Amino acid sequence: MDLYELTLHELQEKLHNKQASSEEIVKAVFSRIKDVETKIQAFITLDEEGALDKARKYDVQDHFSSLTGIPYGLKDIICSQGMKTTCASKILENFVPFYDATVASRLKEAGGVLVGKLNMDEFAMGSSTEQSAFFPTRNPWDLDRVPGGSSGGSAAAVAACEIPFALGTDTGGSIRQPASFCGVVGLKPTYGRVSRYGVVAYASSLDQVGVFSRDIRDCALVLNIIAGKDPLDSTCVDIEKPDYTEFLKDDIKGLKIAFPREYFQEGIAQGIKDTVKKALLKYEELGAIVEEVSLPHSEYALPAYYLVAPAEASANLARFDGVRYGRRDFEAENVIQMFSSTRAAGFGDEVKMRIMLGTYALSSGYYDAYYLKALKVRRLIKNDFDKVFEDFDLIVSPTTPTTAFKLGEQTGDPLTLYMNDILTVPINMAGLPGMSIPCGFVDALPVGMQLIGKPFDEGTLIRAAYAFEQNTDYHTAKPDPGVM
Amino acid sequence: MSKDFETVIGLEVHVELKTRSKIFCSCTNEFGAKPNTNVCPICSGFPGMLPVLNEQVVDYAIKAGLALNCEIAEYCKFDRKNYFYPDLPKAYQISQYDLPICKQGYLDIEANGENKRIGITRAHLEEDAGKLVHQGTISSSTFSLVDLNRSGVPLLEIVSEPDLRSSQEARAYMEKLRSLLLFAGVSDCKMEEGSLRCDANVSVRPYGQEEMGTRAEIKNLNSFKAVEKAIDYEVRRQIEALEDGEEIIQETRTWEEERQITRSMRSKEEAHDYRYFPEPDLPPLRISREWVERILQSLPEMPEKARERLMEEYGLSEYDANLLTLTPDYLAFFDECSLYYKDGKIISNWMMGELTKLLNQKNMDIAECRIKPAALAEMLKLIDEGRISGKMAKDVFETMFETGAGPEKIIKEKGMEQISDEGTLGMIIQEVIDKNPGVVDDYRNGKKKATGFLVGQVMQATKGQANPALVNKILAEKLTS
Repeated sequence: MDLYELTLHELQEKLHNKQASSEEIVKAVFSRIKDVETKIQAFITLDEEGALDKARKYDVQDHFSSLTGIPYGLKDIICSQGMKTTCASKILENFVPFYDATVASRLKEAGGVLVGKLNMDEFAMGSSTEQSAFFPTRNPWDLDRVPGGSSGGSAAAVAACEIPFALGTDTGGSIRQPASFCGVVGLKPTYGRVSRYGVVAYASSLDQVGVFSRDIRDCALVLNIIAGKDPLDSTCVDIEKPDYTEFLKDDIKGLKIAFPREYFQEGIAQGIKDTVKKALLKYEELGAIVEEVSLPHSEYALPAYYLVAPAEASANLARFDGVRYGRRDFEAENVIQMFSSTRAAGFGDEVKMRIMLGTYALSSGYYDAYYLKALKVRRLIKNDFDKVFEDFDLIVSPTTPTTAFKLGEQTGDPLTLYMNDILTVPINMAGLPGMSIPCGFVDALPVGMQLIGKPFDEGTLIRAAYAFEQNTDYHTAKPDPGVM
Repeated sequence: MSKDFETVIGLEVHVELKTRSKIFCSCTNEFGAKPNTNVCPICSGFPGMLPVLNEQVVDYAIKAGLALNCEIAEYCKFDRKNYFYPDLPKAYQISQYDLPICKQGYLDIEANGENKRIGITRAHLEEDAGKLVHQGTISSSTFSLVDLNRSGVPLLEIVSEPDLRSSQEARAYMEKLRSLLLFAGVSDCKMEEGSLRCDANVSVRPYGQEEMGTRAEIKNLNSFKAVEKAIDYEVRRQIEALEDGEEIIQETRTWEEERQITRSMRSKEEAHDYRYFPEPDLPPLRISREWVERILQSLPEMPEKARERLMEEYGLSEYDANLLTLTPDYLAFFDECSLYYKDGKIISNWMMGELTKLLNQKNMDIAECRIKPAALAEMLKLIDEGRISGKMAKDVFETMFETGAGPEKIIKEKGMEQISDEGTLGMIIQEVIDKNPGVVDDYRNGKKKATGFLVGQVMQATKGQANPALVNKILAEKLTS
């Protein structure tokens, strides 16, 4: 196998045994990127020189940290000191932060080598990466199809073996849905598990940073590095953080798994339901107890999400006003005109639509009917989950209603596009950890299975995912975008 | 002013809390630094930045709340107040909307010789915005510069009930509020530096009417005097309008200091919709009763307590005690001086008299005064010992004020010491008697007032340095012998 195809833990072994140098690994990765990137277009920014410099430095160094010499990528919404962070938006097209996000500095301190910044839907608003202000990213399994979104660049780059792992963000499904579409592992940790400091906010009460990888062990290794309290983020909880690799045990006997009736209803493609049901049989075979449950308020999650998230976004995106950084209209005659023309030219249509939705929902006279009601619905959704978790360790469902769709297929139809998140949004609304893992194929396109855990119980997700992975071989299947 | 209308005033006061660092980041909180030197990505609203609440700000807010007799919330939260302005880096201000940290307090004022209790509706925490700087005036400048040093400075907004009935009461409220906050040690309360700011809600209604009149909010009140004058103007304007059959419209007006008028800024229809919603980046704030208790214990003596103490321990009049407890610096001066000198009344007289007079002349604060409390005590003892007269003391005091030197030194240098030696005085007095036999005869013939002339002669001979009590005593002895 070529170096670029190896997982993070396989690369660690190579480095430790001096079978490969970091420089060789980084070179292999960039050579792979050169081969496939014109087709995939996962990266907004690449830094070959910087990555090689760093790799060479690590190669002459004696001590090893957990990531020493290993390449990775960051979704372009995560601030990286000295490297452009655009949020795939024209308004931040040339913005270079002078600070690192906490997750970026943790990976840096662990010795990781940042390869570049990954494409996404503008400001993480979208489910296809077609909303990037720069270019769409393609699904490595079928270049006519989208990789999902908003973290589509991260998912596609990991699936196409351009990098062994990447970070993304998930507000309503933006890690799990693209992971599902691209056939990789995608973890959205519990809200408060990972610091949001330095991650450009979309919807602050829902956003969470997470991991894309090609297997479960890598996911656990990266979570070990990025999780844990951060004094710079008041919503990042000070709660004991286990060593997640301890959960990599192929034993789930007696694990109680629930599958919610509402997540297998109409609107979910039959092939996907069948594939996930088959996976549930596998779990039973492995000794788990599997039962059907109900999450009765599920249908209200999506409408409530589309009030809460845009409302928060309308405030979060207000700072892009042209005064201190980013794009500015210098032709404007006065400051009000400068604000509006800067924002009119700087934001794409989807972003503008959500800002308007959110502004409306918060307006005087509408607040109670929309925003406040959505908060109440959120509580009910959380209660549904709490109740199920009184009796079960884990909830399993499909990640998405369909497999990857074609580019252009859903543009101009926001409601259909929003439905992509129908199975992932409730998990953000409840603040729970969720993971998508490959569980089969329909028409040669990957299908993702969603595992949902109790708050701060990422360990059980890893344990259940690992057991499934060890007893199936879906994760070994790889697309071949290079031959197309 | 018309007798048919009653004035109703409520005040919204913003106080900058003088914590070491800003409310949501670790930037230094100081006034007057070079533009944009106390800034960081957080208080400049850079992408991805998050607020972290400074606990000292909460301590100070609790302190202020307790000083204003407020209830301290066990549970409160922060909210976002959304509006675009170049000095507001996030385009929202983190504030508290429906659950403020302090509520339902009061303070007592004295106006027109009457005591009155004024309700405080609430006091909430928020961050200050930056400042726009213009070359020349705002209208002639072709650009604006943004200084974010003030962005993120902690503010406590204190909202009164509409309990005030005149501009004098409003001023008394402001002075009392300032005094309480100074005593609590939470703010400098300097209106001229903007660490104490006031907006006034003013309305009028016919006497006897329960319903409130339509109010105008007056902004840009930068001194106690402006508060008083602007309210007087506004009340007059509203009454005249009503008497002319006009309707008052709800609006925001600004006080124009140069023209001494209020001018309309924006009407209710043009008011912002701030679209408040809970700040998702900050968890709700829970304040344990232990926390409140700890702050209560750390709270210094408040002016009311101090006033009672001064009246009880030193027998001071209520008037004097009030003045001495106007600011903590005055009280501290008095208290320190009384460590060295027992008669509080005399200290008070000097502080209220000469000291205040000189401070006012030089427009100085007592904290900048060069006379130390111990030096005043020393001077008062010199009077008691008869080494200087009260009249001489005033000169000595002025020199102390100007130079900061001790009284002993000044007396020596100026040769001002009082003559209290009986032998010396006896000789001088004898000379005066010898020179004025006619006057002495007058005295002996029952014209008692004649002594006044003789004392004057003695004083002249001693350049005013003779101890007057001794002069009187010796003169009496010599004249009757």
